[in-house]
Amino acid sequence: MFLGRALAVSAILFSLGVTGVLMRRNAIIIFMCIELMLNAVNLAFVALAQQLGADGQVFVFFVMTVAAAEAAVGLAIVIAVFRHRESVNLENINLLRG
Amino acid sequence: MNPLAGTAADLVGLTVLLPFLGFLVNGALAFLRPQAKRTVSVVGVGSVALSFVLGVFVFLAVLGARPEEPYVRTLWTWMPVGDLRIAAALQVDQLSVVMLLVVTGVGALIHLFSVGYMGDDPGYARYFAYLNLFIAFMLVLVLSASFPVMFIGWEGVGLCSYLLIGFWYADVEKAEAGLKAFLVNRIGDTGFMIAMFLIFAQLGTLDFVAAAPAAAQHFARGSGAVTAIALLLFLGCVGKSAQIPLYVWLPDAMAGPTPVSALIHAATMVTAGVFLVARANVFFALAPVAAAVVAAVGAVTALFAATIGLKQWDIKKVLAYSTVSQLGYMFIGVGAGAYAAGMFHLVTHAFFKALLFLGSGSVIHAMHAAYHHTHSHADAQDMRNMGGLRAHLPVTATVMWVATLAIAGIPPLAGFFSKDEILLAAFTRGAQDPLYYGVWVLGLAGALLTAFYMTRLMLYTFHGPNRTGDLERPHLHESPAVMTAPLVALAVLTVLGGAINLPHVASLHRWLEPLTASSAAIAGAPEASTGLELGLMALAVAIAVGGMVLATRLLHPEALLPADRAPAERGFAKLLLEKYRVDEVYDALIVRPVVWVSRVVLWKGLDAGLIDGAGVNGSAALARGLGWIGSRFQTGQLGTYVVVFVLGVLAVFGTLMGLL
Repeated sequence: MFLGRALAVSAILFSLGVTGVLMRRNAIIIFMCIELMLNAVNLAFVALAQQLGADGQVFVFFVMTVAAAEAAVGLAIVIAVFRHRESVNLENINLLRG
Repeated sequence: MNPLAGTAADLVGLTVLLPFLGFLVNGALAFLRPQAKRTVSVVGVGSVALSFVLGVFVFLAVLGARPEEPYVRTLWTWMPVGDLRIAAALQVDQLSVVMLLVVTGVGALIHLFSVGYMGDDPGYARYFAYLNLFIAFMLVLVLSASFPVMFIGWEGVGLCSYLLIGFWYADVEKAEAGLKAFLVNRIGDTGFMIAMFLIFAQLGTLDFVAAAPAAAQHFARGSGAVTAIALLLFLGCVGKSAQIPLYVWLPDAMAGPTPVSALIHAATMVTAGVFLVARANVFFALAPVAAAVVAAVGAVTALFAATIGLKQWDIKKVLAYSTVSQLGYMFIGVGAGAYAAGMFHLVTHAFFKALLFLGSGSVIHAMHAAYHHTHSHADAQDMRNMGGLRAHLPVTATVMWVATLAIAGIPPLAGFFSKDEILLAAFTRGAQDPLYYGVWVLGLAGALLTAFYMTRLMLYTFHGPNRTGDLERPHLHESPAVMTAPLVALAVLTVLGGAINLPHVASLHRWLEPLTASSAAIAGAPEASTGLELGLMALAVAIAVGGMVLATRLLHPEALLPADRAPAERGFAKLLLEKYRVDEVYDALIVRPVVWVSRVVLWKGLDAGLIDGAGVNGSAALARGLGWIGSRFQTGQLGTYVVVFVLGVLAVFGTLMGLL
């Protein structure tokens, strides 16, 4: 019963994260939503690890490492963009347009 | 073991190598030191002369060993592909050694003549480089042991011919004459190549030694395949040896320097077709229809070209049409199965026609020098501007009379024996196939015209009053010794050349027997009775003398006017002067339609329209269009990407769920 609830929380958190990425335009908030999605996945890993062995917990460490690195690079980019444009609104940043 | 192994015949590769080295040295000098004329002369003449000396040794070896089988000297394997194994091999036998001597011997004399004739030309080194390269390729052609190696020589001499016809390439007309020769020859070469493919497909070999017995075994006499092979080979000969309908390039080839006309377009290269028929004689013996075509084309060409020669004013043009006509005689000989007679005429013709061309070169040299002195622009080759040159060029006049008597067929000069033997062969072959009687009649008519136009040439050039011009006349001089010496040497050969096939002296016929025996066994060798032989001989002499007498009676050199004051020709004479307008007909029927199709259909339609338009630019436009559509998806908005991404993930999961 515990696993079911834990996975439900994880799913809700992940959906919140996705929704945030889809709806918001502020780079920092999108960034935080991505972190939310990562941690939702972490939660699912940990919950499943209790039943299926320690592999899931090892994965969580990897995810946390990647998330930390991503946070460093991502925030640096956000700062750089802000210095350039005085804004972190992603609607103004469309250099990739074909 | 061939009796020639270990003798001088092993040196045969050197005879090819020496002129080729001469080409390399002279070619390098042409770029680096074009003024070093003395070195160029020594290398150019020396390499060919040395080659001739080696050729004599090879000849003596063959004479001593009398091999029944050809001696094939394999140098290296050239093309091993599947069943096809082509070796770079040279073949020493009775036929190739005769050609070896003619090519290097006459070639050396003409090289020597060129030292004088081309002495003042700025392209002296280049000229000798080409000439040496020609000798090397010609030797490859005659010494080759297989069709593909022969083809190398065949194309090589064609290249040298092109280069030397257009030697003075700054003159557009001359450059175009070279191009014409090259293009017309391509038609014939296509036939040669297809014939080679057929031979390989049918017999599995391209070596002469293996192909002849294989052909005799494989083909039934008169079967379609062997007739096709023989006719296609003959198409190659028609191009190279300037027969109807591809003869049109040879008269234009006179744009080249005169010694080139003597060497390439009279004595050696143009006779390659006759040599090829003699070399592939088994195929022609197996295909009587093809042999008849050879003889018929030869006969028609012999008469047709002779009629054009009657009315030409350019001294070299007369000789050019005479060459076409004489090549026709050679084809009558080989077509009638008398390969020895055809080769005999080839050899004697090489002597007297080289002599005639070099003689005309000597005349042109003198005329040119005289006109150069007075800065006149009159035509140095027009016989109407000559006349009475006997007094100014006594040596040239004498040797050219010798050659004229020889070509007309006056005994005991070389041309008499060879031409007589060809006509005799055609006549005796008539007993088997009446067509050859027609060939014989055409040949006789051609002989009459030959005697006539040659006498005309001599009368207008050397006799009667001089028409060169009063200012120029004192500047007409005999050529230097370096030019007259080869003339005298060739005159001696012209006088004595008939001896190589004289009963009781030497017999070219028996000499070539090891190579022609099998085709004689297939096609039969009709014998003529001595009485018939003597009768035909008397008739031939009567016709030759008749032609010369007729010319002296009908022509009046003293009534001739110089070229710029001469009245225009009318009627049939005009048609002859314009060479029956064959060039114009070819131009209208072939050249212009081809150019039109090339320009309108192939260039503007196919190349520019289809390939460039639809193919190249079309595919580029297609790629750009697709790229434009693809780029519409790239909004640059992160949100859009994420939406698409999430939708994608959902779609994938949805599908997976559905599958589970």
